Amino acid sequence: MKIKPHTTGDSFPLLKRKRISNTGILLMITILLFFTLYFASTIYFKSSNFAKYSVFFNLLNNKAHLLLLALGLTVVLITGSIDISVGSVTGLVSMVIATMLTQEGVDAIWTIPASLAIGIVFGAVQGFLVAYIEIQPFIVTLSGLFFARGMISVINAVSVPISDKTFMSWSGAKVFIPFLYNERKNGTLDIAYLTPASIIAIVVLIILIITLKKTKFGRALYAVGGNPQSALLMGINVRKTKFMAHVLCGLLAGIGGFLFTLLSPSGNPGNGVAYEIDAISSSVIGGVMLSGGVGLPIGTLFGVLINSLIERVVPLLGITEASWPRIITSAFLFIFIVLQSLFIGAGSKKGLKLTLQRWMTNLRHVFSRRKKNQPSS
Amino acid sequence: MNKVVVQIKRFFSRLIVIFQRLFSILETPLRKIFGHKLAIPLLVLTAVIVQNIISTPNFFDISIKNGLLSGYIPSIMDEAGELLIITLGMTLVIAVSGGVDLSVGPIMAIAASFCGLLLNGSEYRTDVFQNPYILALFIGLLAGVLCGAFNGIMVSYLKIQPMIATLILFTAGRSIAKLITHGQTIYIMNPVYKYLGVQIPGVPIRTTILISLLFVILVTLLVKLTSLGLYVQSVGINGSAARLVGLNSNAVKFMAFVICGLLAGVAGLVGSSGVGSVNSGELGMSIEMDAILAVALGGNSLSGGKFSIAGSVIGAYTIQAITTTLYAMNVRPDQLNVFKALIIVVIIVASSEIFKERIKRLIRRILSSIPKSSKKTTVVGGCSDEN
Repeated sequence: MKIKPHTTGDSFPLLKRKRISNTGILLMITILLFFTLYFASTIYFKSSNFAKYSVFFNLLNNKAHLLLLALGLTVVLITGSIDISVGSVTGLVSMVIATMLTQEGVDAIWTIPASLAIGIVFGAVQGFLVAYIEIQPFIVTLSGLFFARGMISVINAVSVPISDKTFMSWSGAKVFIPFLYNERKNGTLDIAYLTPASIIAIVVLIILIITLKKTKFGRALYAVGGNPQSALLMGINVRKTKFMAHVLCGLLAGIGGFLFTLLSPSGNPGNGVAYEIDAISSSVIGGVMLSGGVGLPIGTLFGVLINSLIERVVPLLGITEASWPRIITSAFLFIFIVLQSLFIGAGSKKGLKLTLQRWMTNLRHVFSRRKKNQPSS
Repeated sequence: MNKVVVQIKRFFSRLIVIFQRLFSILETPLRKIFGHKLAIPLLVLTAVIVQNIISTPNFFDISIKNGLLSGYIPSIMDEAGELLIITLGMTLVIAVSGGVDLSVGPIMAIAASFCGLLLNGSEYRTDVFQNPYILALFIGLLAGVLCGAFNGIMVSYLKIQPMIATLILFTAGRSIAKLITHGQTIYIMNPVYKYLGVQIPGVPIRTTILISLLFVILVTLLVKLTSLGLYVQSVGINGSAARLVGLNSNAVKFMAFVICGLLAGVAGLVGSSGVGSVNSGELGMSIEMDAILAVALGGNSLSGGKFSIAGSVIGAYTIQAITTTLYAMNVRPDQLNVFKALIIVVIIVASSEIFKERIKRLIRRILSSIPKSSKKTTVVGGCSDEN
């Protein structure tokens, strides 16, 4: 025999049948927003090939590194912490790789462990300070940011181009996707492709989705972010979970730095400036709540795609000034943060549901009044 | 051979006993000194000054060159001016909300851009004011206040974490400032413009020092004479409790952010006046970091609550002294961040509760383990004497 779930009287039928969590609604808004924007730009900018497959996949190809940074931030934000050092770590990794390849002449294969190690070291030190010494994560990672940025110029104060053959072959490789092509006007095929960087990013995304959904560690992350005290009572090692979240974020930042170097193969002191903000805004737009405990990696993917789309669309609008994409991204960030705070309401997790119910009952009143009024008048 | 070992043991046991007695005598005064709020900032400042005195013997010399006080100390005070003004606002924001205002640097740039735009009209390099000077200053400050109000509304009424709320202006602010100035540096050649940041003719002290000290006094008066200081503390310690007592905690938070925005505007005007130009990409770059560091160095808790303006002032001067010292040691400006980051981490770890408790526990364990061994050694020593 089925036991009917207990429901309170006045809730409207849509939510009664299938509960949509706050996460789901934020995610739905993001995905809808992305596709609306994409189709709008397909219609609006007919000349700039938005309908082509290759343009769509290039959105990901251009921002594979950002996806990794944003995934790292998603993990950390879910635990209710934050890491703003990821941009500088990206810059540091790219500078270290460039210096290793160009000035030290190290074999290209060694750049992979080096970049992973840098990320893990940053993550571990910051995670230790945040989780075990209980310093505010913002301050810790802010100093991490400045440390990494300073270290870049300690290593090299000038731009270092990479000319290593192996590395450049990785950097220029393309994996064509079968059956997804458009014909150019001159008859050649414009086949959609993914770079190795975006393939790595997608693999990491899938691993992370499974980890957060299915493993004990993944569920512990949500529990710690939702309410650390009850997580502690549940027997979760809160400190270790937070520490591991930071280490994971550092690791992903290290991989992100490597992918960034694949995308633009040179070490430059200005590399990765303000990437942490792009990453935070991507994950927030993707539905990660800054108060912790809520968020999905798949939403972050769409956040990154929106970011990439804005960067591509804004120049097409005829705005030449370079500052506009950033302003528009932060406007989106603003809108989503305000949405989130509305969803949370006065702090309860059912805030959104209550607000929606209130709206619906108000609407009902309006409609019912009209119906009542119409026959009488 | 055995005797030597015994003597060494006896020596160490006596040393430990002496040390213990010394510690028990000094314990209360030491605790009083190091327990004081301003102990750490003053200690660091003293260390920096001592380092400077050793490396440059003429550290305290003050002379008058071209009608201006010059020397190490006036130059440090002059360069710390903007930082000091920003730090005052940051102290209030941290105290009231337990978060930081990241957007102070961009607000500086926005305020200075508005001011420069009004003064120069459409040209990038003039020496004639297109609009009244006072009006331009007023509009610049208004821009600062508006930015602060934007942050304040988000933090207080929309209940967004201050760090995230100010992140929006932190990202967009410099881009907005560049939009105002069309991405170009505005040069204001009129000597009147330099009054605010360099020198008013006839006054031997740099205006930056005077203005920053003026604002220190103003904010101290505001905090001490009105009930704002008390309100800020109580909201910072427990916002909902403060609300239950009858304080409008949202309004207090809003006020703190508006004040921070206003002070950032002042700092922007002073900073742009000091260099005689408005460069929205450079003005107040990474000053928020220095300001947070100064507040932390000043012994203020970064999680909100009690605050001390005096501590923040000392903190700001310490930061500038450290910066100047590092420059004197031929550290490049972009490498400076490494040292600053390390200093922050060390200070914050040292002042964190958990670290303090662990150290206390460690000391207690050492002290409790020593007397047993020292008693044993004295017994052994006594035996050897009889023999």
